[in-house]
Amino acid sequence: MNYAMIAYILGTILKTEAVLLCLPAGVALAYGEGDFLPLALTALGAGIGGLALTFRKPGNTVIYAREGFVVTSLSWIVMSLVGAVPFYAAGQIPSYLDAVFETVSGFTTTGASILTDVEAMTHGLLFWRSFTHWVGGMGVLVFLLAIVPLAGGRNVHIMRAESPGPVVGKLVPRVRDTALILYGIYIAMTVILILFLLMGGMPLYDSAVHAFGTAGTGGFGIWGDSIAHYDSAYIDVVLGVGMVLFGVNFNIYYLLLMGKFTSIWKSEELRWYLGIITGSTLLIAWNTLPQWGSWLRSLRFAFFQVGSVITTTGFATADFNLWPELSRMLLMVLMLVGACAGSTGGGMKVSRLIIMMKSAKREISRMLHPRSVYTLKFEGKPLENQTIYNTFSYFFILVGFIIGSTLLISLDNMDFDSTFSAVMACINNIGPGLGVVGPMGSYATLSGLSKLVLILDMLLGRLEIFPMMMLFAPNIWVTKRTQRI
Amino acid sequence: MCYNNPRRLKTQERGTTVKIVIVGDGKVGQALTGRLAEEGHDVVVIDNSPNALRNSVEVYDVMGISGNGASYAVQKEAGVQEADLLIAATSGDELNLLCCMVAKKLGAKHTIARVRNPDYEEQLAEMKEELGLSMTVNPEQAAAREIARMLRFPSALKLDSFARGQVELVEIKVKAGSPLLGQALFALSELLGIRILICAVRRGEEVYIPSGNFVLQEGDKISITASPSELDSLFRKLGIYRQKIHRVMVVGGGRIAYYLAKQLLKLGMSVKIIDKDPQRCEQLSDALPKAQIVLGDGSDRELLEEEGIEDMDALVALTGMDEENIIISMYAGTLGLAKVVTKINRMSFQEILDGAGIESVITPKGITVNQIVRYVRAMENSQGSNVETLHRIVGGRVEALEFNAAKNCAGDLFGVPLKDLRTRQNLLIACIIRGRKVIYPGGNDTIEAGDNVIVVTTNHQLQDLSDILDR
Repeated sequence: MNYAMIAYILGTILKTEAVLLCLPAGVALAYGEGDFLPLALTALGAGIGGLALTFRKPGNTVIYAREGFVVTSLSWIVMSLVGAVPFYAAGQIPSYLDAVFETVSGFTTTGASILTDVEAMTHGLLFWRSFTHWVGGMGVLVFLLAIVPLAGGRNVHIMRAESPGPVVGKLVPRVRDTALILYGIYIAMTVILILFLLMGGMPLYDSAVHAFGTAGTGGFGIWGDSIAHYDSAYIDVVLGVGMVLFGVNFNIYYLLLMGKFTSIWKSEELRWYLGIITGSTLLIAWNTLPQWGSWLRSLRFAFFQVGSVITTTGFATADFNLWPELSRMLLMVLMLVGACAGSTGGGMKVSRLIIMMKSAKREISRMLHPRSVYTLKFEGKPLENQTIYNTFSYFFILVGFIIGSTLLISLDNMDFDSTFSAVMACINNIGPGLGVVGPMGSYATLSGLSKLVLILDMLLGRLEIFPMMMLFAPNIWVTKRTQRI
Repeated sequence: MCYNNPRRLKTQERGTTVKIVIVGDGKVGQALTGRLAEEGHDVVVIDNSPNALRNSVEVYDVMGISGNGASYAVQKEAGVQEADLLIAATSGDELNLLCCMVAKKLGAKHTIARVRNPDYEEQLAEMKEELGLSMTVNPEQAAAREIARMLRFPSALKLDSFARGQVELVEIKVKAGSPLLGQALFALSELLGIRILICAVRRGEEVYIPSGNFVLQEGDKISITASPSELDSLFRKLGIYRQKIHRVMVVGGGRIAYYLAKQLLKLGMSVKIIDKDPQRCEQLSDALPKAQIVLGDGSDRELLEEEGIEDMDALVALTGMDEENIIISMYAGTLGLAKVVTKINRMSFQEILDGAGIESVITPKGITVNQIVRYVRAMENSQGSNVETLHRIVGGRVEALEFNAAKNCAGDLFGVPLKDLRTRQNLLIACIIRGRKVIYPGGNDTIEAGDNVIVVTTNHQLQDLSDILDR
């Protein structure tokens, strides 16, 4: 284990967070609501801590896969612990555990909130809360890879640990350039979204905050009734389309920029993703038709909610908790499916679903024709068996964690809907669930233990389980010890 | 790739990142990938086997594409259209040539093919022209050439040359009782009455670019630059100029053995090749009528003795197995042969070899990689071949480069006395070659336009003569 290098990277993360905190501090200064000092002082503290850790560059900068995993999960934990300080220091979230819950929910782009009255918060802190979505969406370490050359060649491990999806590839030969391209696309799309929202008459502050929530597919809003507050079809459509677009694999946008339109159409995952969205929208629109009266209204609300849930954003234009059972269950299934690999969305990812379905089909056909040889193809390329095994073990472990967490949360003695959907909404990084934790509810009433479990679930979900699990693997922390006799 | 590489940033700032596609992720391909990625280029590797690729992609910062490198579709996916260079290093010559043809059609600016079948040796020049190849590399032939040179100067551990042989760079070991011991370097020239320059010293694990006050110790391996005649007299003064090599035994009859025997026979040495494959032996005896071919297992001690290993002047171990080569060489070392050369493919354990008394080591892939890196560095320079020669010495930790001081590239260096130049740390200007004259520069010497300058440095980043300055 290269501890020196891990500390160095953590220091760099702290410095980055200090810089990021300056933005909400600026907003706080502009509004002058007394939340400037907590934000600025946290930035200062993080900056000093970061400088201390990065004061000396370690001699050996090589990191292998295990350091990559460990440093990724530790970075997220450290970032969240520091990011929670302003909420606590400003006294707006009186319990530090709650503040950490809120921040983890922000960075992991979950959007689950323990706040019962969002509108009572000050502008600067609300801005920081949504900004964490934007930062966490693409990943902080990917950002680091783009701006600082960390180690020799092996930083692909870090990128792999932080980026979602079964297979993580590079767009261009070098990690650094790949990261730059991804962030370039991310920033450009966010700016375009802000412009569209401004055109719909949304104030600049609201536009920025909601664009951050959409881009990171997070879902923190600034109103108690989320997007329903604006009650505007235009804003619903812009945000709905925005969410769906941020749930698409960013490689697609790179191909688009390169003018390779045919390869975009060939992307199986994209076609499935759009297909699932269309299908579920139609079904839910039909199912909720009596409630809205007209197909147009029904489609508007159904599309927004499907987009919000499948991309794991968690914005709401209606209280879907009150919808018919079929719609509620459909949304629950979409929570598990999640967005595309390589997007900012969470969940299990459409590509994993496709891989598992294809391999199930192969197993069935093998039973009928035991001698048949059948290569699985995905995105036009043969799938390696290793990828298939990984996908299945990922799914198995995910289900294991869902069951385990559900059992722990059930200590709170809530109804099944609330208990199960709270876990689903957190581990898949969506935010609102059903029942008590529904779109108009909050996680405030849960016990401390439940919150801790959900915090872990959110991190597990965002980093796709394995990096977090590495932290608890005993033999990863082993160092050489010479025994004295 | 264990150190942070400032070059990465530097090349980007200069905008001279070269886009390189490498087809074939074998021994040479992998070594090339590592070196070129480390030099800060955009590297894409193509190979049939995803497993081989996975390793490269995980260890180096490169992109891997699996597929047949000679197909249009795969090359297009790898972006050959925009590539500056395609290097075909698969195991098949014909495949390599096809790769280069396709790449040329797609628009790659330069192509390099590995062609190593001796059958094509004669037609190489025509093929190069016909297919628009920028360069062909033949690792086995290059290795053979290097071994032949080692055998001509048996007392050097390693020998390279600059400026078409006007300056030689040799590595020798300072043995007990040597007149070099205990002397500060600046006093050496006077003491010996010859103008030489010691440009790098390896002491155990450490590598030094010594200053004039450096004092040599027993066991140091020193790299010396000198002209060939001065080298001769130095060796004579040191009393290590042993007899010329006449009889050479080669164990293992692969391609290197063939090329080597051809060259050694031309030099008038007698060559005995031992190989255990009857078919190969027949081929060799057909191709090399003057050499003596022996059918047998070269790692068998009795056979070696029967074939008179003790009467040989030199032994070259060229079997396909590193371990076998090492054992054979260690055995030959105990017999006191004038020169033992060991071919080793995997260089990971070099420190151990030093301890085992194996001194002259040859790595065919390393030689090829150096050749190609030299070409790429020259390509980067818009002025064209600024780096004329590049040798990696002291186990690859020091680079010795020969630059041509072209008028338009390093103007601010010209005419300035060297003592006034602020050069980088760990860098030595070893020689200046002006016309036919070799200058070992002192503080008052200057670099002039048209000179060839040999620079020795631990810094693997020089592309241009002006890079020697510390900026």
